[in-house]
Amino acid sequence: MPTFVRTDKCDGCKGQDKTACMYICPNDLMTLNKDIMKGVNQEPDACWECYSCVKICPQQAIEARPYADFAPLGGAVQPLRGTDSIMWTIKFRDGGVKRFKFPIRTTPEGSIEPYAGKPEAGDINDQRLFTQAGQEVATNIE
Amino acid sequence: MAEERSIKSDDYKSAKVEEIETDILLIGGGMACCGAAFEAKRWIGNDDIKVTLVDKAAMDRSGAVAQGLSAINTYLGTDRTPSDYARMVANDLMGITRDDLCYDVGRHVNDSVHLFEEWGLPIWKQKGDEGKKLADGGKPVRSGKWQIMISGESYKVIVAEASKKALGMDNIYERVFIVKLLLDAKEENRIAGAVGFSTREHKIYIFKCKAALVACGGAVNIFRPRSTGEGMGRAWYAVWNAGSTYTMAAWVGAEMTMMENRFVPARFKDGYGPVGAWFLLFKSKATNALGESYMETNKEMLKDYPPYGLAAVPASCLRNHLMLKEMKEGRGPIWMDTPTAMQNSFKTMDKKQQKELESEAWEDFLDMTIGQAGLWACMNVQPEQTASELMPTEPYLLGSHSGCAGLWVCGPEDIAPEHYKWEYKGVVYNRMTTVNGLFTAGDGVGASGHKFSSGSHTEGRITAKNMVKFIQNNKDFTPTLKESKEDLVDIVYAPFKLYEEHKNYTTDPMINPNYIRPRMYMFRLNKLMDEYVAGTSTYYITSGKMLERGLELLTMLIEDGEKLAANDLHDLLRCWENYHRAWTAEAHLRHIMFREETRYPGFYYRADHPKLDEENWKVFVNSKYDPEKKSWELKKVKHIDIVPKPS
Repeated sequence: MPTFVRTDKCDGCKGQDKTACMYICPNDLMTLNKDIMKGVNQEPDACWECYSCVKICPQQAIEARPYADFAPLGGAVQPLRGTDSIMWTIKFRDGGVKRFKFPIRTTPEGSIEPYAGKPEAGDINDQRLFTQAGQEVATNIE
Repeated sequence: MAEERSIKSDDYKSAKVEEIETDILLIGGGMACCGAAFEAKRWIGNDDIKVTLVDKAAMDRSGAVAQGLSAINTYLGTDRTPSDYARMVANDLMGITRDDLCYDVGRHVNDSVHLFEEWGLPIWKQKGDEGKKLADGGKPVRSGKWQIMISGESYKVIVAEASKKALGMDNIYERVFIVKLLLDAKEENRIAGAVGFSTREHKIYIFKCKAALVACGGAVNIFRPRSTGEGMGRAWYAVWNAGSTYTMAAWVGAEMTMMENRFVPARFKDGYGPVGAWFLLFKSKATNALGESYMETNKEMLKDYPPYGLAAVPASCLRNHLMLKEMKEGRGPIWMDTPTAMQNSFKTMDKKQQKELESEAWEDFLDMTIGQAGLWACMNVQPEQTASELMPTEPYLLGSHSGCAGLWVCGPEDIAPEHYKWEYKGVVYNRMTTVNGLFTAGDGVGASGHKFSSGSHTEGRITAKNMVKFIQNNKDFTPTLKESKEDLVDIVYAPFKLYEEHKNYTTDPMINPNYIRPRMYMFRLNKLMDEYVAGTSTYYITSGKMLERGLELLTMLIEDGEKLAANDLHDLLRCWENYHRAWTAEAHLRHIMFREETRYPGFYYRADHPKLDEENWKVFVNSKYDPEKKSWELKKVKHIDIVPKPS
């Protein structure tokens, strides 16, 4: 399901040097067409349909069209990702629609303090990870 | 669409070169390197040790967990032991695994899962335990003996946040693709750095380091995929995993193990959506076209493979083996009977519970394989009414899922037997490869599969602690690179240079006798691997003679790697990825050729050695590429069961 960018919605992230979709695509697919100042998926057959670009786009300008070499036309899946949950709208070929909402995170974005309340490092030569200070680490084979 | 790409090859000559000195270099930004970053910084404390992470993508969405996951497949909790875990892994991988490494992951993995929950990952709980954390005794919803269900859309974002905070963004280079590891000029067999390039500007990065963790995932698109049009991107595993871990380590002479192993997942056809929750949580059955459960009708076949076929859950490859019999004898398509499973569950449920079950079924896809949900939408599939086809995919190479290709590493000092561990200047370093100072984790570690996301994070942590120890014990070392700055720039940008020299020879720069474009290079690799090295088109069958011929063709492909040409930075990325793919493919081919038996029926068959041969081949196959002599050496390495196994 390669992603595509809607001409009417994309604003090229307002001419910033990197667009959100370019920033996030794990496979380096999204690029900015400087003539029209809009995003383009430059290699649709290398798209994993991970939806990272769809989820991050501030204009909701990116959608996906199911892989044309095996998917019948007419279906679509579109998310709206918030800070703690994601809403999915699924449109079926026969016109049916389903909606689902799932939690994505139980803590505020950016709130992780990786070492808060964690033990200091212990003995570098034993088998414990630092969070396991004072705990027994299994060695018994059964 | 080349004209729409912004950073062309022609100004590469004015590229900047940045040289960075660090102590620990983490190559990759997936679960393993995230675990390593988090762990390393705490062990370093106030010591003057610098850690640098380099990711070819953006850490929030890089690696195999980029899209999210609907389950954590390795969580022992309190009711499973590390020994049980090592036994399960060994059985699934047909007996030849490193118990020491598996046990080591098993004894630490709960800790990483508890961290994920603390950081904000929603983990499903049994009724009555909602809101109670795993660490406080909350009971998870298990989809299987080892798996727990999560709402994991943001799994990677959460894990990356912790690691980015631990390391600091000043120490993280995103969109930099490392293409080669560099050995030390003074000390033999010692890692000293790595070189790569920015995919965003004309800039080469040369890192000098005292220890490196190479953890860039497994290998995808080695074989011709079943979908060769647009759907080629819908690889089962992360499509950007290009074998870089294996190839870069092989180039510096690191010993590899079990590179003959591969994973051929049986998944929902074309969309490659996960089947685990369907089998284990929703209790669905797979049938042939006649509605027969082929695991039942073909169960006699499992007796040919004791003990691996006789376990409560037969080895993954054997489950494929039974499915393939149906396909070859004309009893396909193979179906996942979702309607029967859901209707059975519905019988005891009220309307609200039925809705919840339906929602769970869709979430399983939406959290990790959105395209499968899209395919269902396109086919008007409602799982409670319509069955879906299953199909074994093209082969993948990896070391963290149900596969065990990878590097030969030193085991943990306390439980590894003598030939599973070794010393560097009198000290054992867990997860160090046979190249001093070079470590790996996750998909990189061979002979220890079934780590999955949580185990890879855990293994990254184990590795990081040992890397810090390595640095602290070897403070007097100063890395010296063999290659000059100019040499390295020439190597990395060679595809640009070739393109610029010849691009005007033809009216269409895509077709030119002086070079090969990365896309065609990959297709050439995919075709030969498929046809000669047991891909889908031969039903995963090969033989010694087929492999010999395949190697001739692959050798010429690798020679032609010098003729790869790139017209922009994206192309340069693809050139190097596909060159990495080709070398990983060679290791795979050579290992399959060396192992004269059929160890993984259902994943591949040696038609000339069709049987499992426990007497002669219950051994590791290890290989080493000699970068000086430019030759491969393969050998058998003794296997030891540390954890007792059924026979």
